[in-house]
Amino acid sequence: MPINYYIFLAVALFCVGVAGVLTRRNAIIIFMCIELMLNAVNLLLVAFSKMHHHALGASVPTAGIDGQLFVFFIMVVAAAEVSVGLAVIVMMYRNTHSIDVNFLNRLKH
Amino acid sequence: MTQLVWLVPVLPLVGFLINGLFRKSLPKSLVGIIGSGTVLISFILSVVIFGDVRHEGFQPTVVDLWDFISVDKLHISLAFQVDQLSALFLLIITGVGFLIHLYSTSYMHEEEGPHYARFFSYLNLFVFSMLVLVLGANFLILFIGWEGVGLCSYLLIGYWFKNLDYGYAARKAFIMNRIGDVGFLIAIFMMIAKFGSVDFAEVFGKAGSVSTGVITAITLLLFVGATGKSAQIPLYTWLPDAMAGPTPVSALIHAATMVTAGIYMIARSHVLYDLAPVTMNVVAVIGAATAFLAATIALKQNDIKKVLAYSTVSQLGYMFLGLGVGAYDGAVFHVMTHAFFKALLFLGAGSVIHAMGGEQDMRKMGGLKKWMPATHITFLIACLAISGIPPFSGFFSKDEILAAAYGKNPIYYVVGVFTAFLTAFYMFRLYATTFLGGFRGTHEQEHHLHESPAAITIPLWVLAILAAVAGFLGIPAVFAPNAHWLGAYLSPVLGENAHGIELEKGTEGMLMVVSVVLAVIGVVAAWARFAKKPELGEPTGFGKFLANKWYVDELYNAVVVRPLDLLAQFLTFFDKHIIDGIVNGVGRLVQYGSRQLRLLQSGLVGGYVLLMVIGILVLFLVELFTKH
Repeated sequence: MPINYYIFLAVALFCVGVAGVLTRRNAIIIFMCIELMLNAVNLLLVAFSKMHHHALGASVPTAGIDGQLFVFFIMVVAAAEVSVGLAVIVMMYRNTHSIDVNFLNRLKH
Repeated sequence: MTQLVWLVPVLPLVGFLINGLFRKSLPKSLVGIIGSGTVLISFILSVVIFGDVRHEGFQPTVVDLWDFISVDKLHISLAFQVDQLSALFLLIITGVGFLIHLYSTSYMHEEEGPHYARFFSYLNLFVFSMLVLVLGANFLILFIGWEGVGLCSYLLIGYWFKNLDYGYAARKAFIMNRIGDVGFLIAIFMMIAKFGSVDFAEVFGKAGSVSTGVITAITLLLFVGATGKSAQIPLYTWLPDAMAGPTPVSALIHAATMVTAGIYMIARSHVLYDLAPVTMNVVAVIGAATAFLAATIALKQNDIKKVLAYSTVSQLGYMFLGLGVGAYDGAVFHVMTHAFFKALLFLGAGSVIHAMGGEQDMRKMGGLKKWMPATHITFLIACLAISGIPPFSGFFSKDEILAAAYGKNPIYYVVGVFTAFLTAFYMFRLYATTFLGGFRGTHEQEHHLHESPAAITIPLWVLAILAAVAGFLGIPAVFAPNAHWLGAYLSPVLGENAHGIELEKGTEGMLMVVSVVLAVIGVVAAWARFAKKPELGEPTGFGKFLANKWYVDELYNAVVVRPLDLLAQFLTFFDKHIIDGIVNGVGRLVQYGSRQLRLLQSGLVGGYVLLMVIGILVLFLVELFTKH
């Protein structure tokens, strides 16, 4: 499959994520959209990694492997982020009985 | 002993520090003892040093204390020079200075304790600065003393600073001195540039190796400094106003010592002046013109101190005339005799003012000889001395200058001898109006009249004796050959031909007779006219012109002060509205901008994210459309 397909899919996922973050007010959904963006990036990294390995694998056995490594890092960071973020949301719900992010602007006052 | 010369200026400095720092706690009697005592010890030291110096074959000694400035090849050290000229000035300054300190202990007695101590501390600081001025072995040390005496002059003129006019007089003196000092400073810079040194010995040694133009420029600039300090045209107008200070200050600073600093400086650097005939002519012309102008103004003044002030300006003019015609020792001789008789005149005037309860207007005096015999006799001696009546001291020094002036150019002589006639006239106008006739003041003043106490009369008598006999230090060759002790004494410093152009004995005798006859005519005319019937009315016609001092102050106000004032006003406006406007405008713009930008911080997370995304998109678009 040409690399273009992966790029288009990743861009589409990313845009969906951005649009979700911008438009939704539910904290859980915003969270999921952030995950979506991260995974769009992961997809791109893996696709390019594979492409490089195809092109240079014969002479350099490790070509493209750093892309795969980055993906693992991002997954670890994303998992950590989810655990912290969900805890924040739970605390928020306990205090405000809502998970609407617009309520958070009360911090201002 | 010569090596300890630094003690001479340091002692008054110590007196200044003690009196100045502890002025609130010291009792008045102790202040007087410290103030006068330090100067007295300096005087004794000066006499000892003079004893060394006057021996024949004494070599000028430079006492090097420490390196003052050391930059690259330029080394200026704090060094004192002991030679015949500086030793003579040491004697004059500390001797007359001590007498005036003694006089002040009584004259200033009514001042409150702290102010009394302030007065003495300033006076001591002045003596210190003046001693540094004459002892300095290079132009920079001389300049430090030069500035120091200017500062003390300012402080003492404005001693009664609560009177606004006195404060203005002090400021005027300071500013006019500063104008001259700029010239002096530039001259020093030129010396550093051309000679690489400011040491007297080095500068005079190398003087022959540079062009006449440079020497002329340096000497003219030095002379600009001298016109400021020694009150010559065009910078003389501060001296009459300086009479705002207490009378002992006028006697010490504005008659005997500080104003002669210019003459000292030119006599000291005569090697340079000998090489610049143009400057010499300028000096002589300015001196003669100042002598004449100030004498005419003195004719119509009614304030006893103002007459003396203009007379000082006029006598300083004589000294510069002497310098300009090459009679350096004549000028220094006149500095010395003038220090005696003019200090005496001022102190006598102070004694009169003291007795009159602060009154300075001669029209309200008269007949004082009945009440104040000692002041009267000593004042008369001083008047005879300044008028040039033999055998009093003024006759010898003045005629030496006049003879040299005749040798150079008879016009100088005519101006000089006419001024001598005016001098005799206005001095005896002063004398007759004050001491002869009947008393014209109020009844209360008449009741108060008294002879001054001993602390005032003793200095008067000492100075009177000096004013009477000091002339015999310089007996002209007409009377006895080789009897000019002062000329012989100063010749190692001022050179062998510091006498100006020698005249034939017959001619010199003739000139002497002419000037004495004119002086006697002046004395008799003034005596006859003012003894019985002093002029009390307002002057008219030309007299009014003279009474208003040739309108020079008004001219300066119109030509210099007003335009500068207007310029300052314009600059104030420019600063307040344009410069400040720009600065404040920038500030206000930033404030306004921040107030607008603040609205972006809404606290809505969605808004921030949207902006971030827009930002990223913009960056992408920029990246897309820019070719690398």
